Amino acid sequence: MVSVAATPIVPGIAEGPSLVLDQPLSWWGGIDPLDGTIIDAHHPQRGQPTAGRVLILPGGRGSSGGSAVLAESMRLRTAPAALVLGEVDPILVVGVMVGAELYPDRNCPLVVAGEGYDLLVSSRTTRIRSDGRIEQY
Amino acid sequence: MNPILTDADQAMLHGEGSGAQALAMRVLVGMARATGARRMIDISGAHIDGTLYLGRASLNFATRLRDEGGRVAVPSTLNVSSLDLLHPDLFLGDDPTRDAALTMMRAYLDMGASPTWTCAPYQLADRPGFGDRVAWGESNAIVFANSVLGARTPRFGDFADMAAAVTGRAPEFGLYLDQHRRARVRIDVSGIAEEAWLTDEFFAVLGFLIGSEAGSEVPAITGIESATEDQLKVLGAGAATSGAVGMIHVVGITPEAPTLASATGGIEPRLVRVTADTITRAYRALSSTDGENLHTVNLGTPHYSARQIARLQDLLAGRRVHPEVSLYVNTGRDVLASSSGNVKRLEEAGVVFVVDTCTYVTPILPAGRGVAMTDSAKWAYYAPGNLGVDVVFGSTADCVESAVGGRVIREKRPW
Repeated sequence: MVSVAATPIVPGIAEGPSLVLDQPLSWWGGIDPLDGTIIDAHHPQRGQPTAGRVLILPGGRGSSGGSAVLAESMRLRTAPAALVLGEVDPILVVGVMVGAELYPDRNCPLVVAGEGYDLLVSSRTTRIRSDGRIEQY
Repeated sequence: MNPILTDADQAMLHGEGSGAQALAMRVLVGMARATGARRMIDISGAHIDGTLYLGRASLNFATRLRDEGGRVAVPSTLNVSSLDLLHPDLFLGDDPTRDAALTMMRAYLDMGASPTWTCAPYQLADRPGFGDRVAWGESNAIVFANSVLGARTPRFGDFADMAAAVTGRAPEFGLYLDQHRRARVRIDVSGIAEEAWLTDEFFAVLGFLIGSEAGSEVPAITGIESATEDQLKVLGAGAATSGAVGMIHVVGITPEAPTLASATGGIEPRLVRVTADTITRAYRALSSTDGENLHTVNLGTPHYSARQIARLQDLLAGRRVHPEVSLYVNTGRDVLASSSGNVKRLEEAGVVFVVDTCTYVTPILPAGRGVAMTDSAKWAYYAPGNLGVDVVFGSTADCVESAVGGRVIREKRPW
């Protein structure tokens, strides 16, 4: 088991299969909110599904429309189960906060893994605890 | 770490103001925690970027704030929407999308924001002054505000800009702070011939190149002796397209960079030399095809200024747009009104003006084959993904010659 301490920016608990992205991602133009697939033509993991995954990524990428697309994914229940970031991105933080405000039965915890980020892998089961700790089996 | 909140911030957070202010303050506190901001500050204005309809969530946010008593606490301008309200027939999308977009636009007006509907709020009569702290969304506008006006705004995204507008407060982070405004990378263009940097398209291509070199760092450009506001505008738009750039110093030209040392704060920056070769590669990367069969020409991303519209009139020189080509000029309704003489003559020559929105974010272009041409690095970058079209990037003069000739015509570039 891998266990990594992380800072919960938007706290919550989540569990699901994880996917590690090799590059940052912009939700606007990067994710299709209808099914959660990566659609950014410049992204190495284009075509991968993110819905229900614990998505592990180095960070967000610029676009300011990202918050709205992430909130829309939460509305459509196609968002990741949780976001684990190497570096914090306010655009994604605002997206999951507003998504949870508008649709209170949905949640997408967001944690920042910092130094432990490199230990994380794509795995069958990744759990986010309420204190932010990430456990992978 | 939680930020220090004033009594007034606490009151808003705990619902003593409107429900909208409580929601907004929760979002701002979350942002402050995420960015490590130590406190909240007053802002003197906002530019709201969340006005493009991006699905029900974007609509639900706007109507929820409005229905819970949201009002902007500071003068607030609105970015482009999905519709051209002055030319409604241009929108070729479906009725449910049109209705949702219209409802969302109304919600922002109900909250007291100004119906500017432009991505170039710095072309409005009222714009922030040196040192003013504002909360702006829209990446190109953010670069212009910080770099050219010397106002201060970090890169706000959707929802966050409106949260700042209804509270008049913002977490103190990023480009609000002196240390984040210092250049960490020097882009030297002294190896490029002067005749190149006198053209507008050089600035668009240079911006696009800088964005990929600088990422989220602040660059300082050296080796340019003059630049117009329109050139600085397309420079920033290009850089904010390929990178997360929020500010660019142009040494000797922009207000916080009288010298390289003042831009960097005295710390030696990383050096990137721009050559004719790197500019040529960036110029080529902006076109997705070398096809010559022309279908549409798209000018005005960011929204054209009055000066750019006058220049278009000069370049067209009494000729008409080819009957098989559509030439669109995206601009703000304020600029349209102030340029009415030129606009009328250009419309008679076959030019189609689009206001309140832009041809790469909403369905306006007619179905058909052939390439789309543009003088905008931003349009060139996003349109293939958004619209599924092939793009050729060229100078404004190339775009005009092509629109008249009915096929893609590009002059040799001066670099």
